[in-house]
Amino acid sequence: MQEMTCKELVELVTAYFEGALPEDEQTRFERHLGVCPGCETYVEQMRQTIALVGDLREEHVSPDAQQQLLQAFRDWKRQ
Amino acid sequence: MSDSNGAPTSQPAVSQATSPRDDPRQDERRLIASLLSGDEDAFMRLVEQYQAAMLRLAQMYVGDRAVAEEVTQEAWLSALKNLDRFEGRSSFKTWLFHILVNGAKSRSLRERRSIPFSALADPDAADSDDAPSVAPERFRPAGDTYAGGWLAFPQSWAHLPEAHVASHETRERILAAIERLPITQQSVIRLRDIEGYSAEDVCQMLRVSEANQRVLLHRARARVRQALEAYFAEE
Ligand SMILES: [Zn+2]
Repeated sequence: MQEMTCKELVELVTAYFEGALPEDEQTRFERHLGVCPGCETYVEQMRQTIALVGDLREEHVSPDAQQQLLQAFRDWKRQ
Repeated sequence: MSDSNGAPTSQPAVSQATSPRDDPRQDERRLIASLLSGDEDAFMRLVEQYQAAMLRLAQMYVGDRAVAEEVTQEAWLSALKNLDRFEGRSSFKTWLFHILVNGAKSRSLRERRSIPFSALADPDAADSDDAPSVAPERFRPAGDTYAGGWLAFPQSWAHLPEAHVASHETRERILAAIERLPITQQSVIRLRDIEGYSAEDVCQMLRVSEANQRVLLHRARARVRQALEAYFAEE
């Protein structure tokens, strides 16, 4: 089985996270990761990136918009 | 729970899928019925749940916040109008978001925003951005004994102070990086990594294949990582 290179590995990180790699690819991926500190850092950074992007989530709906939607629902009901 | 190999089990012969407690389809049928009967609380709970995500998604297509609010409002109305035709082939949520995305796309075309038409017409079309996840100069060239290996390892972010990593400035950098992405990549990273939808949901909302969804998500994440790497290397 041919060794996976770092250049190849960085393209497969999302597929790896999603469990979408074929079994032999996954084996090559994990084998490489076990011996390559550079790729270990890269994969860790991708995890951190995902976590930081996730922090952007905000939940706020303006009371105005809520009121408008409620009104729209009432109008719809009446029809 | 789905034991497909036909092995006999001690479970009773009643299918678990019809258990009312954990069948999401049944919950949805109940929800639709509540809406059709005019249950305001049920409607407002839905608004609570989806409105913020819908607004952000719409804004990505139309740019302007006020227009995004209109588009979102229209999507709700259209969903209500067509509620009796909702067939449950997808979840209510994906159905609702699909209505939203369609509305937002046609609105942005009407407003002639500078979004490339091809990206809107066919999200499955090859994305113009096929740059690699990491600049090729960072790897050893062909012919080298370790061709394709890192020339220099990426610098771990583990030593950075948490206050810096989680700062307002970091947030701004990430947002800016996302806004620079092609719109299909933006849609996917927002839905997956910000809103937390599953791959399956996102494929249905955006009508892209699973493989395509993954490629778009990967490119988007790789760009954001690059932006963070550049930012964290600044000081
Ligand atoms: Zn490596």
